[in-house]
Parts: sequence; C-alpha cells; structure tokens
Amino acid sequence: MLAFLLRRLVSLTVTVWLATIVVFTVLQLVPGDPALLMLGINAQPDTLAALRSQMGLDQPILTRYLHWAGGLARGDLGVSLTYARPVADLVAERLAVTLPLSLLSLVLSTMLALPLGLLAAARRGRGSDWAVLGFAQLGVSMPSFWIAILLILLFSLTLHWFPAGGFPGWSAGVGPALQALVLPALALAVPEAAILARVTRTAVLDTLGEDHIRTARAKGVGRMAVLLRHALPNALIPVATVLGLQISFLVAGAVVVENVFTLPGLGRLLYQAIGQRDLIVVQGVVVLLALFVVLVNALVDIACALADPRPPATGNGGAS
Amino acid sequence: MPTAKQRLTLAAAAIATAALALAAASQAALAQPRTDLVVGMALEPPHLDPSAGAAGAIKEVTYANLFEPLLRVDADGRLVPGLAERWSVSEDGLTYRFSLRPNAKFHDGTTADSADVKFTLDRARAAESVNAQKAYFAPIAQVETPDPQTAVVTLSRPDGLFLFHMASGDAAIVAPESAATNKQKPVGTGPFKFDRWVAGDRVVLVRNPDYDGAKPKIDRVTFRFISDPAAQVAALKAGDIDAFTLFSTYEALPEFRNDPNFTVMVGSTEGETLLSTNNARKPFDDVRVRRAMAHAIDRQTLIEGVLYGNGVAIGSHFPPHREGYVDLTGLYPYDPARAKALLAEAGYPNGFDTTLRLPPPPYARRGGELVAAMLAEVGIRAKIEPVEWAAWLEKTFKGKDYDLTMIAHTEPLDIDIYARPDYYFNYRSERFNALNDELNRTQDPAKRNALYGEEQRLLAEDAVNGFLFMLPSVTVQKANLSGMWVNRPVQANDVTGVSWK
Repeated sequence: MLAFLLRRLVSLTVTVWLATIVVFTVLQLVPGDPALLMLGINAQPDTLAALRSQMGLDQPILTRYLHWAGGLARGDLGVSLTYARPVADLVAERLAVTLPLSLLSLVLSTMLALPLGLLAAARRGRGSDWAVLGFAQLGVSMPSFWIAILLILLFSLTLHWFPAGGFPGWSAGVGPALQALVLPALALAVPEAAILARVTRTAVLDTLGEDHIRTARAKGVGRMAVLLRHALPNALIPVATVLGLQISFLVAGAVVVENVFTLPGLGRLLYQAIGQRDLIVVQGVVVLLALFVVLVNALVDIACALADPRPPATGNGGAS
Repeated sequence: MPTAKQRLTLAAAAIATAALALAAASQAALAQPRTDLVVGMALEPPHLDPSAGAAGAIKEVTYANLFEPLLRVDADGRLVPGLAERWSVSEDGLTYRFSLRPNAKFHDGTTADSADVKFTLDRARAAESVNAQKAYFAPIAQVETPDPQTAVVTLSRPDGLFLFHMASGDAAIVAPESAATNKQKPVGTGPFKFDRWVAGDRVVLVRNPDYDGAKPKIDRVTFRFISDPAAQVAALKAGDIDAFTLFSTYEALPEFRNDPNFTVMVGSTEGETLLSTNNARKPFDDVRVRRAMAHAIDRQTLIEGVLYGNGVAIGSHFPPHREGYVDLTGLYPYDPARAKALLAEAGYPNGFDTTLRLPPPPYARRGGELVAAMLAEVGIRAKIEPVEWAAWLEKTFKGKDYDLTMIAHTEPLDIDIYARPDYYFNYRSERFNALNDELNRTQDPAKRNALYGEEQRLLAEDAVNGFLFMLPSVTVQKANLSGMWVNRPVQANDVTGVSWK
C-alpha cells in the first residue's frame, strides 16, 4: 500500500510539474505585452521598459520560469501583474463566490430532486408521476444560462425580489451576499435536479420491487415508512454516485452562470487575466486547477484500492 | 377554540397588517431623497492608481471623485480649479505658478501641500516612472516650493497644452506616504474617499467628511462593473443601477427612451474613430488610394449601423465640440464612382486585396464589417481579421505590421500623434511637424485654434486615415437623477455634482 501511495505521489508531482512547463511556455508564445496593455497607446519606450523591469519581464525566460516555479514549490503563487496583489488572495476571494455557489446549488438540487423522485416513485403512473417526469424532461433540456435569463426576467425585472446580477461581497453581510447567490444557484440547480429526480425515481422503484420490501409490507409496515425507512436508504447509493459525477459539471456550469449574473468567480478571474495578459495569475490558476483535478483522481484511485477486497495484483505491488 | 375558518381569517388579517406596515415603511423610505448612487461601467479598472496605468476605467472611478490634479476639467471641458485654487503663467510661457487650497488634506489625514505637488511631478518624469502619459511631464525643467501653498513649475520649452495636461487624471496629486499603495488603497485629496473594492464586481467610495471644498450631495457612490450587454440592460431595468455611463448597447436605447423611468443622454467623447491606415505600406502610400477609400465610405450608413444613429461624422482628427474645429466632412463625399476612378488612376483598376484587423470593442467589430462591405463595392477586398486587445497592441500598434485597422483614439486633444515619428500610422509630413512645433510655442487661444484648423485641413487633404465618427458618450440613467455628465471631455465619471430630484 505504501509503495502504491508513493507511486501516486510521484506521478502527481510530475504531472503538476509538466503542467507548469506547458502553461508557462504557451503563455510565452501568445502575442501580447502586459506592460503595453497597462500603459496603453501613449506609453513611451522608456516607461514601458521601466514597467517591464518592475514586473520582472526583462529577465531571461529561464530565470523567470525558475523564479515562478521556485515560488510555487514554496507555496507562493506570486503577485498579479495587473492587480498588483498576491495571486493567492485573488484566488481565495473568487473561490469565496464560486464555492458557495456550487455548494448552494448542490444542496438546492438535492432538496428538489429527492422529494420529487420519491413522490414520483410512490405514485407511479399517476398524475404527479407524470408531472415530475415532465419537469425532469424540461429541466434536462434547458441549459442553465437560459434558465438564468428566465429567472432574471421573472424575479429581478418583474417582481424585483432579487438583484439582476452582481455580488456585494461577504463583507456586505451574509444576507445580501446569499441573496445575490440564490438565482444563480437555482439556475445551476434546476438541470441537475432534473437528472437527479429521474435517477431517484428509478432507484426507488427498483428497490421497491425487492424481497425485503415485500417482507416489510407483509409484516404490516405502513406505505410511508416502507418508502422512507426501507426503500430510500438503498436507493441512495446510485443517487450519491450520480451526485458525485455532477460536482464537476457544477463547477464548469458555474463559469457560464457567473457570466450571466456577473458574479466575480474563479472562471471570470481567469478570463479577465487572459485578456489582460496577467501571466502570473493565468499560470497560478491553471496550475491550481491542474492540481485539483490530479488530486481528485488520485483520491478516487486510492479509495478504490482501499475498497477493493481482492488481494493486490502480484508483480508490481508485492511490497504492501 | 377558534374554528378553522376563524383561524384563516386571523392569519389573513395578520398578513395584511404586516404587508401594510411594510408598505408604510417603504413609503417613508421613498419620502427621503436618496443619498447614494450606483453607477454602472462596462470595464473594471485593473487597479486604482491613475498615475500608473492607461486603462480609462481607472480614471472613470477616481478622477475628480477621489483624486484631484492641480486643475480639473469640468463637464463642459473647461479648466477649473483642482487642488490649485489659482494659477498664473509667465509672459514667455515657461513659468507656471500654482496656489494650492490652504486646508487641503489627503484622506489619511496628511496635509496636501506643495511638497506633494513636487513629489508627484518629479515621480511622473523620473527615469523609473511608469506614468502612461509621461510625455505630458517631459517639458518640466524643475519644480520649486517657495512655501507650502505655492508650487512653481519651470518648463524647458513652451507647451501650449501644459495646463490641460496638468488637469488630466495622469497628473493626479499623490502623497509620498501612500503613492506605493494607491493601486489597491487609493489615497487622494478629493471629495470622496475609498471604502472598499469587491474585486470583479464593484468599487465603493464614500463622502470625505474632511473635504475642504464644496461637499457633494451624494454620500456614497458604488461603481459596478458589468461587461455583458444583456446583463447591463437587466441591471438597469431591475433598478440595481442608477446610471450606466459609456453605454454601448445602442440597440437597447429605443426601449429606454420609451420608458418614462429612464433618461437617455447622448453626448460626445474625445474618441475619434478611425480607419487607421498604414501610410508606409503599398498601396496605401499613394494618397489617391487613401482618398479613394475616403470616397468609398458612407459615414451616415456607418453611424446608423454601428451606433444606431447616435454619433457625429468627422472629416479629420478633431472633435466637433471643441473650439478650433473645422468641418471637413464634405471634402470626400460618399461617391463610389469617384473612388473607383481614383483607384484606376493609382493603377488599381481592378482594386486590390488587403487585411482589416479588428480589435474587440463592438464599434470596431460591427463597424469593420460595414467598412469592409463598403470597400468591396469599389473593388478593395478587405479580409477581416478579428484580434484580441493584447494582440492588437503588440502586432498593430507596436509592431506596425498591418494594412488597415479600426480604432477610436480616446485621448483628448491628441492631434499631435501625427507628428510622432514612430507612430503606427507611419505618416510623415514636414509641414505637419512644423505646424505642431508652432502650436507648442503658441499660447494665444485664437492663434492656437487657427493652427489646429490648418492641421485638420492638412490631415484631411492627405487622407491619412479614414476619419469616421466621434464615439458617443451615452448615459442611461433614472429619470430623477441630475448632474451626470453629458459629454466626456476627459475620461471621468465625475459625480461630485450629482443629486436626486
């Protein structure tokens, strides 16, 4: 097991290191001078040179790479060229929007999907079942940015219940901040909930057909109790699997929805940084994302290895 | 025990009371005129130090609100007192004497005196300066501080635009104590001070209680950054934003004009929108080709198509709202036949192939398509090449590697760019350079305007670039708001005079 973990750690480090080289090299090849972008079309050559040296762009490429990668190794993401702030602060600030948004939509979609799925399963073939299936079909078919526009139209422009976008910041208080996240979270949650409700319905129906349910019913357990105490827990396993898969989709969808609601999330930070040739921010965010993906993959691998009851394959894993 | 029906009635009564109370509360809130303001802008400033960046958004947040230069430009483009309450110029135009407001203070409590003026000007012209308009400070020979309220600036050569440049955001007076941190925590002398910045979303300024001049009526101004056109319209309609400046979703304007809750103001910026032409590259080195292009472009159709009619045509590189403007729009009337004849005369009876590179602003992307179609009518087949901003600056502006491009030059009174030897137009004219030198030596306004007129005529005759239109300054605002600027003589959102009716 130890050897397995070590191997994973080495491959993880190598992958992230390769990612730093790729992102650094690609950004060197793209045309665009961050100093010129900052100083605009009236800048004089001496001013540009002064700013470039201030930004450290007058150093040779290899020196710049080593400086940046060395900082990374020490956990220092560097300082943004445009914002003149530590990249770690910028990322933390944006994660404070993207993470709660993803989490909120995850909670919302679960809270919507489970009761709906249960209801549909319990009343299979009747009106409410068809209603849930209809909602699911509609929810799956509509992309979240379109739902976002509809929500703005109804709740912001007509009812004036929620702002049409923007984010006041957590420093403005939890209330206004959450209020700004409700519509975007809902827009993200509806398509996810639609999928999840169908999965729940199917899973509950499958369990309802099993022997232990029949036994429970035969013992005289009530319909509701059977559904909640016997069928639901068993049905949760496939539901949780799908939910896990949806997390990555939520983060991807968040970028699109962030744009519709002009929320200052991580996706928009990256987008702006590319436009402004803020090399240090782009490099930092891309490497962090790479690290995140690699870590999740490694964790999944390790979890599978731990859960697998079979003895480790002989030949290369004999030491455990 | 109340019956179910009674309980229902009770609940209904309770809800009705609550609703009435809420309504009364909001009525009371409505009776008080608002004292806050939310201004929408398309772009977020990268940082908030106007002395170290060209991004217009920096000045649109800080100019006159947070930072003050020695002089200010007001809504009508006039020079008015800034940190200096009086100034005088010597006969030879070389010595400028600025008398500062006696009680001016920076937001951190330190006094704002002539030492800060000297610090600011010396910093901007130093070898390691990163001022985007360093050329503004180049004529300065020395800055003296005979007393804390007086700064005397001596120039090495006369500069007719010196006062005008000292009123720009790039010349905002900063203090040595805070200059290094102004990017994130700006400290100025203006009537508003920095409160907070939610990166990616908004900057909040609050009224400076210690301001020594006239205090603004608004006690808090929030600048919100919304780049998506649909989101801009939604934020206005939802009432999240009180005014959106430099609004460029022109197709939404009829909707706002028809809504009594909104007022739409159309003024002018300083942005001459050009079909910039590489004068050194064949076939554009031939003035007949450039004139042919001028005849091929129908400016009115362009203004309709790009700005939905909200723009003014130009015939040279000068804004119509400034003194000294000469109307040259009639010099090359729209005439495809004449354009074809000129092309044939220049040796291109069948036209030629070229490339039109377009940066991201909507006026360029949309306008570029129209210009290409108009050029195609006379046989000039322009391939459109959309590029992002960074690439445009690198290849077109700095590398001067282009045929045609479309861009608005937004710096005020920037006709002198045609005298710069390395500018990307690749235009060289001894006559223009001589006129520009004379202009720099001239202080008398009437003579200056005459010289501006000659420069405009020369540029139009040489058809250096395609002179298209002035970029409009469109503000969509709530109808009961007053005091927002109509025109944009400098890049600014000066809200010091804004109030609710």
